[in-house]
Amino acid sequence: MTSMLPPALQRHRGLIVLAAVIAVLPLALRNDYHYDVVINAGLNAIVVVGLNLLIGYAGQISLGHAAFFGLGAYASAILTTTYGWPALGAMAAGIAVVGILAYVIARPILRLKGHYLAMATLGIGVIISIVLNTEAQVTGGPDGMSAAPFTVLGYTFASEQSWYWLVGGALLLTVWLSTNLIDSPIGRALRALHGAEIGARVVGIDTTRYKVLIFVISAMFASFAGSLFAHHTPTVTPSILGFIKSVEFVVMAVFGGMASVMGSVVGAVIMTLLPNALAAFEDFEPIILGGIMMGTMIFMPKGLVPTIAKLLRRKETP
Amino acid sequence: MIESMIQFILAGLTSGAIYALVGLGFSIIYNASHVINFAQGEFIVIGGMSTVALMAAGVPLPLAIVLATLVTMLVGMALAKFAIQPAKDADVVALIIITIGASIFLRGVVQLVFGKDIHSLPAFSGETPLNLMGATLMPQSLWVMGISSALIVVIAWFFNATLAGKAMLATAYNALAARLMGVDTKWVLLSAFALSALLGAVGGIVVTPITFVSYESGIMLGLKGFSAAVLGGLGNGVGAVAGGLILGIVEALSAGYLSSAYKDAIAFIIILVVLVFRPNGLFGKKGIDRV
Repeated sequence: MTSMLPPALQRHRGLIVLAAVIAVLPLALRNDYHYDVVINAGLNAIVVVGLNLLIGYAGQISLGHAAFFGLGAYASAILTTTYGWPALGAMAAGIAVVGILAYVIARPILRLKGHYLAMATLGIGVIISIVLNTEAQVTGGPDGMSAAPFTVLGYTFASEQSWYWLVGGALLLTVWLSTNLIDSPIGRALRALHGAEIGARVVGIDTTRYKVLIFVISAMFASFAGSLFAHHTPTVTPSILGFIKSVEFVVMAVFGGMASVMGSVVGAVIMTLLPNALAAFEDFEPIILGGIMMGTMIFMPKGLVPTIAKLLRRKETP
Repeated sequence: MIESMIQFILAGLTSGAIYALVGLGFSIIYNASHVINFAQGEFIVIGGMSTVALMAAGVPLPLAIVLATLVTMLVGMALAKFAIQPAKDADVVALIIITIGASIFLRGVVQLVFGKDIHSLPAFSGETPLNLMGATLMPQSLWVMGISSALIVVIAWFFNATLAGKAMLATAYNALAARLMGVDTKWVLLSAFALSALLGAVGGIVVTPITFVSYESGIMLGLKGFSAAVLGGLGNGVGAVAGGLILGIVEALSAGYLSSAYKDAIAFIIILVVLVFRPNGLFGKKGIDRV
């Protein structure tokens, strides 16, 4: 059935489903709190789609991605309030700075493998978080700071509804860009790199260049989501870029499904809704979160969406 | 001038001793299973917290220390048995996520059982500071350094002079060959986790009178211990101990002379600089990929 769709549609099947879900979801949202949760899920999803390009397709882990999210958020907050920049200008500046920073650190650290890479990205995340915590005259320190309202061409996004459509559109854009990237020659090179890095190098793929490229792209996605987050949240505080937040992003990517764009979205949404759903059992939250992390990796190491997709396929062709 | 320098170095050696213990724990588990156990910091907290709880229940300090260490070792073995062994052939990313999951899980259990308060223990032998060339030294720091050194010597003896220790080393070099020689590699994994839980627990207990303990205090200590292990070259026990001491001293000196706000960042700056120039740590061998 699906194979009868034209190729362009088939490639973007996930995107079309996602757009449809985003279009009808407001029917189920009753109040601003619901909207707020869904908006945060969407922002997390943007980061996780980018991070999954790195983890799932390039096979490189980052335990410091919250730092890029946080830098984007602080760039928007500082530039729009302290310096009165327009929101889009601040966002672009944040993305550019994060991209350059990611490029500078990526070349030396992406030569590292496995645990050493985990350590290096973790270290960068912790250092950035300590700097933002300490330089209080610029960042507001532990109390944080807030960004100016998000105004584009004279229109200010104020209501939760308007934010919903903004973040929904941003997520669709991210998914579209990522799907195209995966199907491009770059994506194929990345998959070769994940499968067998030395093999890829032997057939002439400049593996370091592709790893650096994907690291920079995923950092820029995180910064983009961070900027939007800064305008939506009342205050940006250093807690959004700590080690724990970085781990949460990795968990979302892995739980939803490594090397799966839709898996990233599903993982981000479930892991964002979970703490809200479990609010009554607040004391058990870390136990449940830790249990999910261990259980997913032991029982379905490919993650939720690829595992379910495989089960469905098996049913179709007995 | 020289007094303050000695003061900083003493402080650095005290925290460095703990980083060394944690780093050694990382190395032992890494050797046995090529797993980086991100739950290492939780062993410190479980050791410290259980001792506090046992003493509050009226158990005398020496017995409380022994019992708390045993509890932590049991937790370590349970972790190996129920989380690491079932995922034996998973790749590095999956194993990292499992042990991070385990650390969050254990932190949640600690918070549920012992609460969110910060606890302390009484110093083992009084609070009267000693004078050392013009610098003051708390007796508890001597306990930390003494017990850590003793433990490190015992661990070195265990790996070099006992059959069990040699079996563990053999597994680290080549698990398949070790299994063919009759080494029970499952047992090796359990012992490695028990050993590093012991190191973490004892480190956590002796340092609690100085730094206090709360359900969250394992995060930073665990990461610093990981830095120590990476600094020395993963899997290199001597390197991990040296890495821990270097880290402790540099951290204390830069907190004293540069900025105390950036004290926690120092460890990570050192580790990044080292990794850029020596991707396998200070004392690590250059790895060769087998295709």
